Amino acid sequence: MYTFSSRLKTFSFVLIALGILGIGYSFLTAPKTVEDVEKILAAENAHGGHGADHEAGAAHGEDAHGHAAEGHHEATASHTSHGNDTHAEAGHQPDVHAAHDEHQEHLEHVLHQLKTKPWSAVYVAALFFMLLSLGALAFYAIQNAAQAGWSPVLFRVMEGISSYLIPGAIIVFILLVLGVMDMHHIFIWMDEDVVAKDHLIQAKTGYLNGPFFLIRAAIFMGGWIWYRQYSRKNSLLQDDANDNIYYKKNFKASASFLVFFIISESIMSWDWIMSVDPHWYSTLFGWYVFASFFVSGITAIALITVYLKAKGYLEYVNTSHIHDLAKFMFGISVFWTYLWFSQFMLMWYADIPEEVVYFKTRIEDYNLPFFGMLVMNFVFPVLILINTDFKRLSWIIVMAGIVILCGHYIDFFNMIMPATVGDRWFIGVGEIGAVLLFLGLFIFVVFTTLTKAPLLAKRNPLIEESKHFHY
Amino acid sequence: MSSHYEAPIRKPLIIGDKNYHDVTVDVARPVEGRANKQWWIAFSIALAAFLWGVGCVAYTVGTGIGTWGSNKTVGWAWDITNFVWWVGIGHAGTLISAVLLLFRQKWRMAINRSAEAMTIFSVIQAAMFPVFHMGRPWLAYWVMPIPNQFGSLWVNFNSPLLWDVFAISTYLSVSLVFWWTGLLPDFAMLRDRAITPFTKRVYSILSFGWSGRAKDWQRFEEVSLVLAGLATPLVLSVHTIVSFDFATSVIPGWHTTILPPYFVAGAIFSGFAMVNTLLIIMRKLSHLEAYITIQHIELMNIVIMITGSIVGCAYITELFVAWYSGVEYEQYAFLNRATGPYWWSYLLMMTCNVVSPQVMWFKKIRTSIMASFIISLVVNIGMWFERFVIIVTSLHRDYLPSSWTMFQPTFVDAGFFIGTIGFFFVLFLLYSRSFPVIAQAEVKSIMKTSSETYKRKRDQEHGNDNHSHSENH
Repeated sequence: MYTFSSRLKTFSFVLIALGILGIGYSFLTAPKTVEDVEKILAAENAHGGHGADHEAGAAHGEDAHGHAAEGHHEATASHTSHGNDTHAEAGHQPDVHAAHDEHQEHLEHVLHQLKTKPWSAVYVAALFFMLLSLGALAFYAIQNAAQAGWSPVLFRVMEGISSYLIPGAIIVFILLVLGVMDMHHIFIWMDEDVVAKDHLIQAKTGYLNGPFFLIRAAIFMGGWIWYRQYSRKNSLLQDDANDNIYYKKNFKASASFLVFFIISESIMSWDWIMSVDPHWYSTLFGWYVFASFFVSGITAIALITVYLKAKGYLEYVNTSHIHDLAKFMFGISVFWTYLWFSQFMLMWYADIPEEVVYFKTRIEDYNLPFFGMLVMNFVFPVLILINTDFKRLSWIIVMAGIVILCGHYIDFFNMIMPATVGDRWFIGVGEIGAVLLFLGLFIFVVFTTLTKAPLLAKRNPLIEESKHFHY
Repeated sequence: MSSHYEAPIRKPLIIGDKNYHDVTVDVARPVEGRANKQWWIAFSIALAAFLWGVGCVAYTVGTGIGTWGSNKTVGWAWDITNFVWWVGIGHAGTLISAVLLLFRQKWRMAINRSAEAMTIFSVIQAAMFPVFHMGRPWLAYWVMPIPNQFGSLWVNFNSPLLWDVFAISTYLSVSLVFWWTGLLPDFAMLRDRAITPFTKRVYSILSFGWSGRAKDWQRFEEVSLVLAGLATPLVLSVHTIVSFDFATSVIPGWHTTILPPYFVAGAIFSGFAMVNTLLIIMRKLSHLEAYITIQHIELMNIVIMITGSIVGCAYITELFVAWYSGVEYEQYAFLNRATGPYWWSYLLMMTCNVVSPQVMWFKKIRTSIMASFIISLVVNIGMWFERFVIIVTSLHRDYLPSSWTMFQPTFVDAGFFIGTIGFFFVLFLLYSRSFPVIAQAEVKSIMKTSSETYKRKRDQEHGNDNHSHSENH
C-alpha cells in the first residue's frame, strides 16, 4: 500500500494556498471601471509599453479595432459599429466626436478584456488539469480494450490520475454555470446584448444556448465519471475474484466508453473551447484538442510512475514499462504536431478570411507562445525521446515530461486567451496562481486515491505478462 | 521483443498440430506446386480486363482527355476518385506491417506479407491515374525538379499535386524496400528447397545471399523496426497529402481541416476491407487456414469497425460544422450531397461506411467468414463512393449557379478503372504463386508463444503449479 508522504501532502497544500492567493490578487487588482483602464493605459503610454501603439491606433480609427473585433469583443454595451458586419464600418466619421466615442469604446473594450483575464486564467488551468485526467482515463480504456500485456502494472496509477476527473469536472462545470449566469464573459455568445447584434451568432443559438450547453456538459461529464467509477470498482473487485467476470465487464465498459468518448470529446471541444471564438470553426478541432490532452495524460502517467518507482512503491515496473510510456509520449507528440500542422497549414494555404483570422490574431498577438509551444511540444520531445537509451532514463522522462506538460498548458492558453483577453495577455500572478492551485489539488486528489488500494492489480488476467514485460 | 510469458486468455494464432517444418511446407506449397485450372481462369479474366484497360488508356492518350466524362466544371471525376481509392487501399499493407509491428501485434505476422504485396500492387494502380489524367502525359517528367535548358525552369513547390508526386514515389519505394527486406529469409527458404536449377537460380538472386546468421538477424530486426518507425509517419503523411489535394482548395465541401486524419482513417478502413477480401479467398485456396485463422479475420473486422466509427464521427463532424459555420455555400454543399442529383451515391456511401461496420459489434457477425467477406466488399464499394461524393458533388455545384452541371462517366472512364482492377489481380495472382505469401520466418518466431501445440504443452506443464493464472484452465 502506498502512503501519502506528509512532505508531498504539505507541498500540495502550499500550492493550493499560493494558488488561491495568486488568483485572489489577480481578481482584486483587475480594473473595475473605465477610469482604472485609462490610468493603466496612461501608465503604459508613459513607459512606452505595447499599449502605446494600441492607443494611437484607437485614436486614428480602424487599426486597433480592426483586429480586436476579430477577437469578438463586441461585448461592450456601447459597441455598435464594431461588430463583424463590415457594412457597419461605414458609420465612422473622422470628426472629433467620433474620435472621442472611439476612445471611449476602446477603453470599455480593454476594461472588458482585463476583467475577463483572471477568469480566463482560472478556466484554462481548470480545463487543462481536468482534460489531462480525462486523457489518462482514455489511455486506460484503450489499454483495457486492446488487452495490452505491458500496462496492467500501471493500471492503479492511471486509476489514481483519473480520480481527479471528479473534482476537476465539477469545477469546470461550475465555471460553465457561472458563465451562463453572466458572472464572467469567457463565452461571448452567452451575452444577450452581443447576440442581439450579431447575426452570425444568432444563427447558432439553436446550438449555442445556455441550457442546452449545460445539459450537454452534464451528460458528457456524467458519462466520463460513470465509466471512471465503474471501471475502478471492477478493477478492485477483480483483485479478490475467482474468475474473470469483472475483467470482462471492464473490457466491455471500456469499449463502450471509447465510443462515447470519441463523440463526447468532439462535442466538448466545440462547446468549451471552440465556442470562445463563436465566429470561427474548424472540423479538425475536436481531434486536435484530443491529441493535446491525450499526450498530457500519458505524460502525467509517466511522471507519476517514475516518482512512485523512485520511492520504491512499484515493484514490478521496470525500464521497459517506462520505455513504452516514453514511446507514447514521443508518438502522440508527433501526432499532435501533425494535427496542429494540418489545421494551421490548410487555413494558411486557403487564406479564407473568416477562418484565417484565428491564426492571424495568434501570430500577431501571441507570437512567442504560439510558436514557442511548437518547440516545446514537438521539437524538444522529438529530439530527446528518439533515442532508445534515453527513453529508459528517469531524468530524461521527467525533463521531457515537464516540457510537454508546460507546452500543452500553453496550447490551451493559446486556444482560450486570444478570444477572451486579446492582446492584453500576460502570464502573471493570476495565470501562475491558477496553475498552482489546480496542480496542488491534482496532486492531493491523485495521491490520496493512490493510498486507497494496492498499487498492483492482483488478479488481472494479463498482470503476469505485465510483470514479466521486457522489451 | 516478445515477453517469454503469455497470458492464458490469449487465443492461439497458429492452430492445428504444427511444427516448424509444417510451416515451411505449408508456405512453400503454393510456390512449388503447379497452378490449377481455377487459377488460370482467374488469371485470364484479370489479364483480359488489364488489356482492355491498356486499350482504353491508349485511346485516351491518342485521342484526348475529352473521351472521358469529365467536363469544364467537373475536371476531376473518376480519375482522381480511383486514384484516391487505390492509394487508400494500399495503406492497410503498411499499417499492418509497420503500425502493428510498433504495437507488437503478433497476429500481424500471418497477414503482413500479403498486405504489403497488396500495398505495392495498389500503389502501382494508383500511380497510373496522376499520369494518364494529364492532358499531355508525355510531358509528365516536367513535374520533376530537374535542371534543364529552359533557363533551369523549376516546379512550384506550393502545389499539393507536386507533393503527391513525392509522397507516392517515396511511399512506393519505402514500401518496396520494407517488403523486400522481409522477404529475404523467405526467399532463402525457397532457394534452399528448390529442386530445379532454374528455381534455385531465381530464388538465389532474389534472396541476396541470405544465410541467417545471428548478426544478420540482429540487423534485420533493427532495420525492420526503423523502417516501421519511418513507414508509420509516411503512411499518415501520404494520405494526408492526397487529402491536401482537396483540403487546400477553396471549394465548399473540399476545404475542411478534418480531411487529413479522416482520409487516413478511411484509408485504413478500406485497406483492411480489401485485405480481408483477399485473405478470405487466399486462406481457402492456398490451404492456409491454420495461419490465417478466424481470430485474424475477427481482429481485422474490429479494425474495420473502429476506423469505420472514426470515419462516421468525421462525417457527423463535417455535417455539424457545415451548419455551425453559417456559410451558405458549405451548407448547400452538404444539402446537395444529401438531396441533390447524386443523393443515391451519398446514401450508398453513408450506408456502406457508417452502417455496415457497426454490425461488427456482434461477435456472431464478425466471426462469420461469409459475413466478413460480404461486408469487406460493401466497405470497398462505400469507400469508392465516398471519394466520388467528395470529388464530384463538391465540384458539380459550387459558387456560381451558372456553372452548375452534371457528370456522366464514359466507357473509357470505366475501362481504365476496370483495367487497373485487372492489372491488380494479374500482379496479385502472379505473386500468390511465386512468393511466400506468409512470412514464415516471422510466424516461426511466435510458434512457441502462440501456437496451439505449444500452448497446450505449456498448460500441461504448468497445470499444477500455483500460478494464479492457470486457474482459468
